[in-house]
Amino acid sequence: MRRSRPPIIRRTLADRIGGFVRDWSVPRQIAGQSSATKAAESALSRGLRPRLDEADTVGTNICPYCAVGCAQLMYAKDGRVIHVEGDPRSPINQGTLCPKGAATLGLMTMPERLDKIKYRAPHSDRWEERSMDWAMDRIAHLTKKTRDEAFVQELPDGGTVNHTQAIGSLGGATLDNEENYLIKKLFSAGLGMVWIENQARV
Amino acid sequence: MPSLGTTYGRGAATLAQWDLANSDFVLVMGSNMAENHPIAFRFVMRAKEKGATIVHADPRFTRTSALADIHAPLRAGTDIAFLGGIIRHILENDLWFKDYVLNYTNIATIISSDYQDPEQLDGLFSGWDEEKKSYTVDSWQYKDMKVPSSLAEHEPSTSDSFDEAAKSTSDGPPPEDRTLRHPNCVYQIMRRHYARYTPEMVERVTGCPAGTFLKVCEAITRNSGRERTGAICYAVGWTHHSTGVQMIRGAGIIQALLGNVGRPGGGVLALRGHTSIQGSTDIPTLYDMLPGYLQQPNANQKHADLQEFLETEQTPTGWWHNLPKYMVSLLRAWYGDNATAENGWGYRWLPKIVGDHSQLPMTLAMRDGVIKGMFFLGQNPVIGGSNSKQVQAGLAKLDWMVVRDCAETETASFWKEGHLVRDGDMRPEDIGTEVFLMPASLAGEKDGTFTNTHRLLQWHDKVVDGPGDSQSELWFIYHLGRRLKALYADSDLERDQPIQNLTWDYPERGPDRDPSAEAVLKEINGYTWLDRRQLSGIPDIKDDGSTACGCWIYCGVFPTHNDNKSRSRRADGPDGPGTHLGWGFAWPDNRRTLANRASADPEGKPWSERKRLIWWDAEKETWTGDDQVDFVKDKPPGFKPDWSKHPTGMDALGGDAPFILIADGKAALFSSSGLKDGPLPTHYEPLESPVHNQLYKQEANPVAKHWEKRDNELAEPGDPRFPHSFTTYRLTEHHSGGTPTRSVPVTAELQPEGFAEIPTELARELGIGNTDWVVISTLRGEIETRALVTDRLQPFHLGGGKTVHQVGMPWHFGWKGYATGDIANVLTAVVGDPNTSMHENKALVCGLRRGRLARDGGRHGES
Amino acid sequence: MGVHPRALDYAESFPNRVIPDEAELTCGTRIEPGKSYGFFTDTTLCIGCKACEVACKEWNSLPADNLGLTGHSYDNTGDLGANTWRHVAFIEKIGAGDDRVQEMAPFQSNWLMMSDVCKHCANAPCLEACPTGSIFRTEFDTVVVQQDICNGCGYCVPACPFGVVELSPADGKAHKCTLCYDRLKGGLEPACSKSCPTDSIQFGEVNELFDRARGRVESLHGKGATDAYLYGAPDTPGATGGLKHLNAFFLLTDRPEVYNLPPEPTRASARVRPSLLTGLATMAGLTLAAAALMSAGRDRR
Repeated sequence: MRRSRPPIIRRTLADRIGGFVRDWSVPRQIAGQSSATKAAESALSRGLRPRLDEADTVGTNICPYCAVGCAQLMYAKDGRVIHVEGDPRSPINQGTLCPKGAATLGLMTMPERLDKIKYRAPHSDRWEERSMDWAMDRIAHLTKKTRDEAFVQELPDGGTVNHTQAIGSLGGATLDNEENYLIKKLFSAGLGMVWIENQARV
Repeated sequence: MPSLGTTYGRGAATLAQWDLANSDFVLVMGSNMAENHPIAFRFVMRAKEKGATIVHADPRFTRTSALADIHAPLRAGTDIAFLGGIIRHILENDLWFKDYVLNYTNIATIISSDYQDPEQLDGLFSGWDEEKKSYTVDSWQYKDMKVPSSLAEHEPSTSDSFDEAAKSTSDGPPPEDRTLRHPNCVYQIMRRHYARYTPEMVERVTGCPAGTFLKVCEAITRNSGRERTGAICYAVGWTHHSTGVQMIRGAGIIQALLGNVGRPGGGVLALRGHTSIQGSTDIPTLYDMLPGYLQQPNANQKHADLQEFLETEQTPTGWWHNLPKYMVSLLRAWYGDNATAENGWGYRWLPKIVGDHSQLPMTLAMRDGVIKGMFFLGQNPVIGGSNSKQVQAGLAKLDWMVVRDCAETETASFWKEGHLVRDGDMRPEDIGTEVFLMPASLAGEKDGTFTNTHRLLQWHDKVVDGPGDSQSELWFIYHLGRRLKALYADSDLERDQPIQNLTWDYPERGPDRDPSAEAVLKEINGYTWLDRRQLSGIPDIKDDGSTACGCWIYCGVFPTHNDNKSRSRRADGPDGPGTHLGWGFAWPDNRRTLANRASADPEGKPWSERKRLIWWDAEKETWTGDDQVDFVKDKPPGFKPDWSKHPTGMDALGGDAPFILIADGKAALFSSSGLKDGPLPTHYEPLESPVHNQLYKQEANPVAKHWEKRDNELAEPGDPRFPHSFTTYRLTEHHSGGTPTRSVPVTAELQPEGFAEIPTELARELGIGNTDWVVISTLRGEIETRALVTDRLQPFHLGGGKTVHQVGMPWHFGWKGYATGDIANVLTAVVGDPNTSMHENKALVCGLRRGRLARDGGRHGES
Repeated sequence: MGVHPRALDYAESFPNRVIPDEAELTCGTRIEPGKSYGFFTDTTLCIGCKACEVACKEWNSLPADNLGLTGHSYDNTGDLGANTWRHVAFIEKIGAGDDRVQEMAPFQSNWLMMSDVCKHCANAPCLEACPTGSIFRTEFDTVVVQQDICNGCGYCVPACPFGVVELSPADGKAHKCTLCYDRLKGGLEPACSKSCPTDSIQFGEVNELFDRARGRVESLHGKGATDAYLYGAPDTPGATGGLKHLNAFFLLTDRPEVYNLPPEPTRASARVRPSLLTGLATMAGLTLAAAALMSAGRDRR
């Protein structure tokens, strides 16, 4: 998702001159209004509103960077985020944000944001695009194959371990509790993986 | 955080960040709080406005130091010498808060007469096994009594005979001498242990001038007692050491001695670095624990079946006596109707660990071909992992890997732009790893909870869809699970029962079949098995299979079907009380300050009006106050256990025992069980140090982890090739591995390029000018970066006329995004703390010279 | 520390609207036309985090400049300009010969950081120099370049004694801080001050801010920070040369030059302010030329 650019409105030269004359403050100044204030107000200034007014959805977000847990208000219009700023209701940040939190909109709309699945075949020198369905299918099969090839039910001394050491998972500290819960549940209690770690130690 | 776990019972921040505004003193140490947690620092500034004294003890003068009243510089890795010096100052000048300490800590407890101190054994504790390179902890126990650990991950390393001989904590109160004259009471042991940690010794070891150190001692002790409290804030500046856990123990001891824990404005605040790093420890995507700090079954311990597991892990006394309820309910949540009393609730389907499966050995397991497939879920180990070249060598050995992130990371692209290719060791066609790079949704594009640094669960709403093919991890794991369950559906192999029996029904919504995060949180909260009513709180959890609960400490977050407390948005107004019980949900049971029973005196009255939080209401016979009570609500302050009945669980804790997860209810100044490297913090040099240990013959932590030497060598103390101390850190402008800031133009431009900070004196000595290119080297590798010459780093003048310079470097940078630079972790080693396996990237040694590396056949790398 | 009592009126997770008069919740100010607003930037509370820079760029959709590593402490922003309306300056003062300064004044010391911004002068030289009426004084007593009027003549650039205004190479027009004119119209606190983690940047009614700032100086003096003084408040340095006062003013602890602020800024109106008639002629001619140029410029994009 790229940040939307305002549409470029093409105007004729006549429009421009017309607008200029309408906005021209000199007649109003001559009529006695202050040259620097109301008399000089342009059409743009007259109609100006914060773009938050255009939001059709305003939800509560929690800042995705550090663990302070600042609340954010996220403003969206037509399914696209238009701004993110500090939530004044939060007892933690009371509307404030640090430079990272203040860049949350930039993070969500960054030019390098990934929006397609990229696949690199063994020994290849390039990425290829793949569909979600293909990738999910392939990952599920590889997971099963690798687990089945290296699953240990018992150690040589007879102790039950029911685990596989051939698959690992790294990450979780940036994720939701619900996500960590399903990761641990599927990978550990379901598949028997033991190499499960996250950023807690780094 | 085993340090806080062994000291206070729970490995988490004891106070909320906003409570710092009530502090009279704040020590920031092992943290660059203003830079890395700016909004938390807001409350430090508020305390400052109200007159608090702020101290920053840190190797560098940072943006935190600039706002402090005292900056105490100390050489990286010498924090225990500094903290031990404070402990000595408190004890020798009799500045501890006696009414608090005598009642709420184990200061009077008598330790086994077999105990010997590092002062006697030149740096080792008694119980050292030279062959196994580990301790047997019999001699660290209370006199004639075995003290169970409050930690999930603790290998019982007492000898078998000791287990049989020792009394249980159910048999009577711990042996104590309240006159504190007994030579083996904790007080006397501590006095002897820290006797040599004088201000002069602190200066010789740390380089902090004795005068500055004493100013810190004066300020921290002045703000202790009935009327005043102080807080200590730390972060990875402590955990990232081979002695990291013991550094935090040092803070824990100081705060217990000063009577700061459980009281407004007092305690230890762990400042964690990722948005839900606390949550991912509570519900651990970690190898050694199950949700709620239950032990992951371990093949090397007495964990063969559920009964043996429970016998081993259940403590006779204290809250952990409830452990079977939490374990059985977890198994019920995971294996549903397939879990029965007859099959031990499916316990055997849980995998058992056989050793250390943490991130550092994971690097080696990849490289050695043990691990063949990897999932990287929002983590970028090529930047963040120690010994980055070894990490990349590991990735190249994998059969397949899945990277899920919001942008292409260095980890995802190691095969085309990484060191192996750049250094000419391999070509992409030599690398057989199959790579899936999948776009991940960010917060705001999915809903769910994060748990912040002070245990607060906060829901975030889904406001928009993620771009293109982006999906949440919830979606990915749920649908991967569905596919795997389908693939295994027809198997009749015994080993496939766990995946077949796993409960995996979550309501879906929308065309993408998004699983419901609320449904998952409801399972985490727990419900009655038969009629699916939500559990209202921890006391509802049962050990008979009638309840299912995914994470017992989170129980109460979703107490009825329509009440998601993590979405609660009702903070307190200006009239207080300021505990904000209506904003989010803090585990456990919405308690904001842990051990808050200690905010009242032994009789149950607040220590002072100024510092009141909860108190005993004698009329209503209940604890009451401004916070949820972290105690048995109706247990009167005068309650004494009836030892004739061999009381278990909470019945064995008196009405004046605030630390309810510790077996004797008292803060452990002396920690008998749970830690692998000693019952008291002791100064050791980092594994790589520019100098020798001035206190003991034992140079470094004897049990520190150093997996192997191949491509992972350490320099000997004083190696002339690597004369400088080297430390790594974060900047306020960037985040961790850098992907979420280096790829965002408005943050990338603020710190647009990698650099190393070099003290003016050292730069002059080596002819290095500001912004010159320099090469930094260790035994693991070399990198080039730009020099930022600054007075904010300073030489340390140590004992024996030795001067040590320090070089510092942010570790965020890599080759992707708009802000690029060499990877600092090329320099670091796969070594770590014995208790946590956390790496030691905050203190190592390096060589430094002006110039650049020859790369790409002699041409310089990208600049 | 409690939140504003009115926060409880919007205690839904999905408020689905802008909280009315949000500035009252974030800084205790209900924004009304006809009153004077400004910034009090208290450098002693600044932690140099640059949240103001980012919040400003994010709100105003300003592009990154990416100067590269400057080597000037942690300042890689450089200066205020067409795309940079907040700039945090960093001044290291910890060195003392071969040693380090040991004394620490209360609050910020030995590493100075200051978030600079357009001063929104009471007698704004840029406004006086503007021949088109593009730069005007809003109903909030702030100084704004109206982009639909500006013709890029550049008279305002040398007129500003603080070097704030700059012509953008992208559109040729003058750009600077608007004190978030659009946000003020919607009852919202400006983006920079709202985000500021330590309230180093405070937004409010100017006279209230002056009072608050004077109190702060007094309090700092009482705590031993005797170097603290105001810059840009009435009758203080910065409010010289006919500028009267600055609506965006500062609390400093070292000489203005140290922060790259002019010690005695002057109003250069006599030098650059054109007469009404020449102004008229210039304005009309330049506007037409600029309009034609702009049109061509847009076609190339």
